[in-house]
Amino acid sequence: MPKVSMTVNGKSASGDVEGRTLLVEFIRETLGLTGTHVGCDTSQCGACVVHVDGQAVKSCTMFAAEAEGAEVTTIEGMAGADGTLHPIQQAFQDHHGLQCGYCTPGMVMSAAALLADNPKPGEAEIRDYLEGNICRCTGYHNIVKAIMAASGQDVGRIAAE
Amino acid sequence: MYAFELERPSTLADAVAALSGGEAQPLSGGQTLIPTLKQRLASPGKLVSLTGIKELRGIRLDDAGQLAVGAATPHVQVAAQDHYPALAHLAANIGDPAVRNRGTIGGSLANNDPSACYPAAALGSGATIVTNTREIKADDYFTGLFDTALEEGEIITEVRFPVPRRAAYAKFEQPASRFALVGVFVAQYAQGVRVAVTGASEGGVFRWAEAEKALAADFSADALSGLALDGAGMIADLHGSGAYRAHLTGVMTRRAVAAAG
Ligand SMILES: Cc1cc2nc3c(=O)[nH]c(=O)nc-3n(C[C@H](O)[C@H](O)[C@H](O)COP(=O)(O)OP(=O)(O)OC[C@H]3O[C@@H](n4cnc5c(N)ncnc54)[C@H](O)[C@@H]3O)c2cc1C
Ligand code: FES
Ligand code: FES
Repeated sequence: MPKVSMTVNGKSASGDVEGRTLLVEFIRETLGLTGTHVGCDTSQCGACVVHVDGQAVKSCTMFAAEAEGAEVTTIEGMAGADGTLHPIQQAFQDHHGLQCGYCTPGMVMSAAALLADNPKPGEAEIRDYLEGNICRCTGYHNIVKAIMAASGQDVGRIAAE
Repeated sequence: MYAFELERPSTLADAVAALSGGEAQPLSGGQTLIPTLKQRLASPGKLVSLTGIKELRGIRLDDAGQLAVGAATPHVQVAAQDHYPALAHLAANIGDPAVRNRGTIGGSLANNDPSACYPAAALGSGATIVTNTREIKADDYFTGLFDTALEEGEIITEVRFPVPRRAAYAKFEQPASRFALVGVFVAQYAQGVRVAVTGASEGGVFRWAEAEKALAADFSADALSGLALDGAGMIADLHGSGAYRAHLTGVMTRRAVAAAG
C-alpha cells in the first residue's frame, strides 16, 4: 500500500493508505484522533471539517493521499498544550453553542477558518459561512453568538430567530 | 467504495498517459466524484488526480483579453478574481466554503449536472472549453444530462471566458442541496446578448433564444414581459413541477437583467 506523510497539528504523521482511504479515516483510524466526526459521510453536514493548508475542507470528501505533504489541523490542534481552550472553544462553552456536541468540532474549525479570513464578521456573514455546517440541536443561534463573542464583538444585539 | 489505485502526476503529459489505459478516470476536487464512488455509482480501476498539476491551476487574461481559468482552479479562487465580477459572484455562491475550497471549474463542467452553476456561465458567456487535444465552443460542448462532448480520457485544461460589457447570474437556490432550482446567466456583448438557463430543463443547460432576441433590442427586465417558456420538457420533482420551473426561469431572467444593471 502507498505511504502518505503529512503534518497533523504540528507533528509529522505518516501511514499506509489505500487509494480510497478518506482523510477522515486516516485521521480517526490511523492516527486515533477521534475529535473529527463523521455525521453524514455524504458531504452535506460539515461535522468532519478540518483545515488543510489553512483551508476548511470536508475530510470525508478528500482522499488521504491528496493530503501528501500538507499541514492539517484538527479540533485536537485547537486547545493549548496545557489544555487551555482556544478562544472559539471557550466562547462555545460560555454561550452554550453546543448541546449534544456532535457538530461542534466542525463548527469550531469552520469558525476558525472564517475568522482567519474575516476577523469581525457580521451576523449574516457568519450564518452564510456556516451554510455547510448542520446542527440538529441548537438552532444555530448560540453558535452565531459564540462566534461573535470569540471575535470580540457585542452579542447583545443578535436577533432571535 | 470499491478499491482503486490513485495516481498523482505532476504534469499534464503524465496525467494524459495515466488516463490512456482505460478503466481510469480523472479526479479533481472530488466534491462530486467521491460521493458518487461512495454510492458505488462509479467503479474506476484507477483515479488520476489533477490537483498536483500546476499548469492546470490559476487564472490569467489571455492575449485576446479573455479570462482563462485553469481546469483545476477551485471555486474559491474564481470567486476572488475581479476581471469578471458576475463569474466571481457565481463561484462565491456554489455550495458552501468547504466545497468551494476543493471543487473545481473543470470538474463541474465535465460533470455537467443539470442543476450546476458553471454550465450556465460557460454557455452564457460563449466560453471555449480547452482540452488536451482541442478547443470546444460552449455551444457544442453541452450535449445533455450529465453528458458532454468530451471523449474517453480527454482532460479539460482551461476554460476561456470572453468578458462581457455587463452580466449577472441569478440563482434560486434549492436550500438542501445548495444547487440551483433554477439559475439564469445573462451576459451582454458587442455581438449580442446570451441567456443560459440551468436547473430547469431535462436536457441540461440551454440558451433561451427568445429572451436573447428581446434583450438585444432592449436590455431591460421589461423587454421580457409576455415571454414565457413551456413546462413540457422541464425537470419535475418533489421540489417543483415543470410549469413551476418554466415560470421561475422568467422570474430569474428578469432578476439577472436587473442585477446586471
Ligand atoms: C454540498 C455540496 C453543494 C454543492 N453545491 C453546488 C452548487 O450550488 N452549484 C454547483 O454548480 N455545484 C455544486 N456542487 C458541486 C461542486 O461544484 C463540485 O465541485 C463540482 O460539481 C465538481 O467539481 P470537482 O472538482 O469536485 O470534480 P470531481 O468530483 O473531482 O469530478 C467530477 C467529474 O468530472 C471529471 N473530471 C474532473 N476534472 C476533469 C477534467 N479537468 N477534465 C475531464 N474530466 C474531469 C471526473 O472524472 C468526474 O467524473 C456542490 C457539491 C457539494 C458536495
Ligand atoms: S461527514 Fe463529512 S460532510 Fe458530513
Ligand atoms: S449540538 Fe447537537 S448537532 Fe449541533
